[in-house]
Amino acid sequence: MRAVSAVETAATTHPWAIHAEDLQVRAGRHLAVNGLDLALATGVHGLLGPNGAGKTTLMRALATVVAPAGGRLALLGHPVDGRSDLRPVRRTLGYLPQHFGFYPRFTVREFVGYMAWLKEMPKADIPAAVQRSIDRVGLTAKADARLKTLSGGMLRRAGIAQAIVNDPRILLLDEPTVGLDPEQRLDFRELLRDIGTDSCVLVSTHLVEDVVAACTDVVLVNEGRLVWQGTPEVLAEQGDQGHAGDSPAERGYSAILRRHRAEAAQRKEALA
Amino acid sequence: MITHPTLAQIDRYAAGDPGLDEPSVWAIEVHLEGCADCRARLAGSTTMDSRAVIERVATSLDREIAATPAPAGRSWSWSVLRHRWLVGTLLPWLAMTAAVLACAALLGVLWTGLPSVVLLIAPLAPLPGVAVAWHRRADPAWELIAATPAAGLTTLLRRTAAVLAFVIPALAVAGAGTGASLALMLLPCLAFTAAALLLGTLVGVRRAAIGLIAIWTLAVIAPSLAAARVPVVLAAESARSWALATALLIIMALFRVNGFRRLSHHD
Repeated sequence: MRAVSAVETAATTHPWAIHAEDLQVRAGRHLAVNGLDLALATGVHGLLGPNGAGKTTLMRALATVVAPAGGRLALLGHPVDGRSDLRPVRRTLGYLPQHFGFYPRFTVREFVGYMAWLKEMPKADIPAAVQRSIDRVGLTAKADARLKTLSGGMLRRAGIAQAIVNDPRILLLDEPTVGLDPEQRLDFRELLRDIGTDSCVLVSTHLVEDVVAACTDVVLVNEGRLVWQGTPEVLAEQGDQGHAGDSPAERGYSAILRRHRAEAAQRKEALA
Repeated sequence: MITHPTLAQIDRYAAGDPGLDEPSVWAIEVHLEGCADCRARLAGSTTMDSRAVIERVATSLDREIAATPAPAGRSWSWSVLRHRWLVGTLLPWLAMTAAVLACAALLGVLWTGLPSVVLLIAPLAPLPGVAVAWHRRADPAWELIAATPAAGLTTLLRRTAAVLAFVIPALAVAGAGTGASLALMLLPCLAFTAAALLLGTLVGVRRAAIGLIAIWTLAVIAPSLAAARVPVVLAAESARSWALATALLIIMALFRVNGFRRLSHHD
């Protein structure tokens, strides 16, 4: 059990944990996120989209790693722009990047502890929080193994452990299920549901089945814009047998994308 | 005034007497939480059944604790210190700095006609370490760290402090035999560190460090080696100007700290 802090029981004055309006984010010179409107509350949200849709760039902007090039972004009611103090928001953030670098000579415990220290957790709470997050991702037996000796799936889980060590209010996971075996993926979905009861979790993935199984809400982006947002059930109803995919949700996903592309092409023709 | 529950009430509470109404049970429970004496009395009135339950819970807890790995205590050892302050990526650069300083000291001993090489390169000594202290290509975990509250200024200053804590003693040792003033070695060293941080908010710390190294090499080291005399800027009477410049640069760098809050495109 962990103690409930005063911050957690305080009344929230913001309607959305993540709120983006007309958000623009650059990846290099290219605007990878271009005019995205997004409002996410507590729960597990799945971020779906084809390659190059701007998922990773969006995650980076939400993690406050890159500054938005335009538009507005607020996390837990704090505006996140170039000038504001990001420390209070960053303390409540958990982030697993798509390709996360690590120090190979650190053990799992040292690595998660180092990240907890950087997240400015109270010094006395760190050892217990580190142990708890390592237990939650099922790495207890490997807690004192060096990171360079771990397999890909275990590294991924160590990455998830560092993301959840500070009990984040906003948890951003970019492709967290890559390298996990089927059993671990089931455990991971369980963990997501658990965290999603009182935090805002955004999971970027290209596996539609993960989204359907673990998410309460689906966010579909394409070419840097929000295409569709709704529950997994509604997503499944969008497609029919004529659309590509092996499951109703996959068919719904391809149906929405196809419809969106057709509309975009029409708009382009109308402009020409 | 606190009224303690009577022994009879505690006995009935311990026995789980259904005759005890719910508000009384709550009152006793709340009181027990804050009163050690009554808890001791409660322990005396527990029934055989509840003692057996406690025994069973204790045994199974002991068994589970024995089966799971022992939790790591607080280990404030050298390894934690090293991991937190001297991230592995800094070590090769610090080793290189030490090697260059050692070479410079050796050169000063062997080649007596020249001005002290240690004195000439002292301002540049911390720059390689500072340049890699907070740079995305130098730190494998930069993206993880960039999303933490300690990112940017805190991390940069922490690592700069670690670099200085290494470089300053190294300089003192290398310069001990040369007879040059210690102030003239350490003050320019601090001034250049502050200048690198200050310029770093504009063009990125790495570029700032490279620029400063290039300018100092071309403008001071090369001419003074060619002329074989101590340059004017490092003459004994310039120590006061260096102190002033150091203070000014540090103050200016502190005013520009906001530039490091986010990983800029320079880094």
